[in-house]
Amino acid sequence: MSTLLSLRNVWVEFGDRVVLENMNLDIEAGSFVSVVGPSGAGKSSFLRVILGQDAPSRGQILLDGAPLSPECGPDRGVVFQRYSVFPHLAVLENTAFGLECAGSPLLGRLFGSARRKAYAQAEEMLAAVGLGDSLHLYPAQMSGGMQQRLAIAQALIKRPRILLLDEPFGALDPGIRADMHALITRLWSEYGLTIIMVTHDIREAFSLGTRVLALDKRRHDPHAPHRFGATAVYDLPLDKTKAENPSELAA
Amino acid sequence: MRWINRSISRKQSMALGALPIVALLMLYLLLAAQRHAANPMDKILPLPSGMAQAMQALLFQPDPLSGNLLFWADTLASLQRLGLGLGIATAAALLVGLVLGILPPVRATLGPLVTSIAVIPPIALLPILFIALGLEDTAKIALIAIGIAPVMIRDIAGHVAALPREQLVKAQTLGASTWQIMLRVALPQTMPRLLEALRLALGPAWVFLISGEAIASDVGLGYRIFLVRRYLSMDVIIPYVLWIALLAIAMDVALVLGSRRLFPWAHGLEAKGDKA
Repeated sequence: MSTLLSLRNVWVEFGDRVVLENMNLDIEAGSFVSVVGPSGAGKSSFLRVILGQDAPSRGQILLDGAPLSPECGPDRGVVFQRYSVFPHLAVLENTAFGLECAGSPLLGRLFGSARRKAYAQAEEMLAAVGLGDSLHLYPAQMSGGMQQRLAIAQALIKRPRILLLDEPFGALDPGIRADMHALITRLWSEYGLTIIMVTHDIREAFSLGTRVLALDKRRHDPHAPHRFGATAVYDLPLDKTKAENPSELAA
Repeated sequence: MRWINRSISRKQSMALGALPIVALLMLYLLLAAQRHAANPMDKILPLPSGMAQAMQALLFQPDPLSGNLLFWADTLASLQRLGLGLGIATAAALLVGLVLGILPPVRATLGPLVTSIAVIPPIALLPILFIALGLEDTAKIALIAIGIAPVMIRDIAGHVAALPREQLVKAQTLGASTWQIMLRVALPQTMPRLLEALRLALGPAWVFLISGEAIASDVGLGYRIFLVRRYLSMDVIIPYVLWIALLAIAMDVALVLGSRRLFPWAHGLEAKGDKA
């Protein structure tokens, strides 16, 4: 498989505080990378530099061999733990948002046949995530799991090169979380997605991922804990073909 | 049971709410009756019959000088000034507040200016407005607008700035430009807050309206109150004050209902979906 995203000597520093130090990483197209690590080990910073929310202070991030612009763009989709849907838009409008922005730079809204086409596409996407019956609900009327389904549909409709998930199932009940695991696994294989998921649930990381990255600090100075940053201390490729049931692997 | 845990039914709450109002009315009537028993010509606490008599002339008899029905002319003039002032302030709050809240360069440029204007007591600007804009309606409308706009702008800007960062990032990953984010993400979510800010600004707006009218005017609710004060005409002042209160309550209720109707998503929708 080909390399989709590369990190070359990436450092993230805020003033004299080092968050990530010297990360080198190649992520292949079609992989499902789980990122785990203790709190404060830079999991979120790692996701933010790939997302373009923060720029690396040193080093380079390449997407398809081209340097990544330090601004969020439609080539990278994201689902956060919370707040990633628009509360003032109904489910269908939330999903069509990306299409409407692309089709109408001035108004951000489509009309007539273009609108019908975009909404039909949005309905299809919503059916794929299991929200086919909830097209006209507002996010406030839905459970946390449904909101996350919506957030996923919203991101996938733009066909992002990479889908970034920031603890997407962290706030959900265990039962619903299992459903969401099945959903994301299905979407990952159906749409041929490349996914990077940050999670604090190690079981989830191993059962979903094809590769697990553990971020932590390699060195620790007790007098200046902020002077050393985190990097990938473990990088475990998982061979899914060996386990019949992925959950056995995690057990 | 602890007081903080007592729940009040709708019926009970209506009765409890009416209680102090009725008590106050009774107290007034009692005192007024007492004073009238001592002096039938008393002007300080007029009886309802006296108020009705005084108001009848203003309500139904054209003023010999201008030919207007004074009460209605006053109401119309005041509402017009108030409406224009509120309208200008609301438009300014929406426009300036939105760009101030969402565009860091604009916030850096205009933030300190808005803050400095907001701390000036608007009444202190009234002489400047009268000198610059004359004694006509313009100065009064400007006083209302200048008086409430800075607070509204800061409220809206704060609300927009407090939109979850995740939402703005999400919109960008969906390909939205700055303009599209302003138009489709920030603006619609600002509207319920704008109506709320307008609601809270109604009180100060009335203060500025009455002040402007009291100082220089020839028609208006505030003008009339301050005019008849010279004759101790409590029988006109009290009905006028009640009328102003009624108008203010009507505006408040209209804004609340309008917001619920226009922006149902902002007012605690009931959960409908149960599956994950």
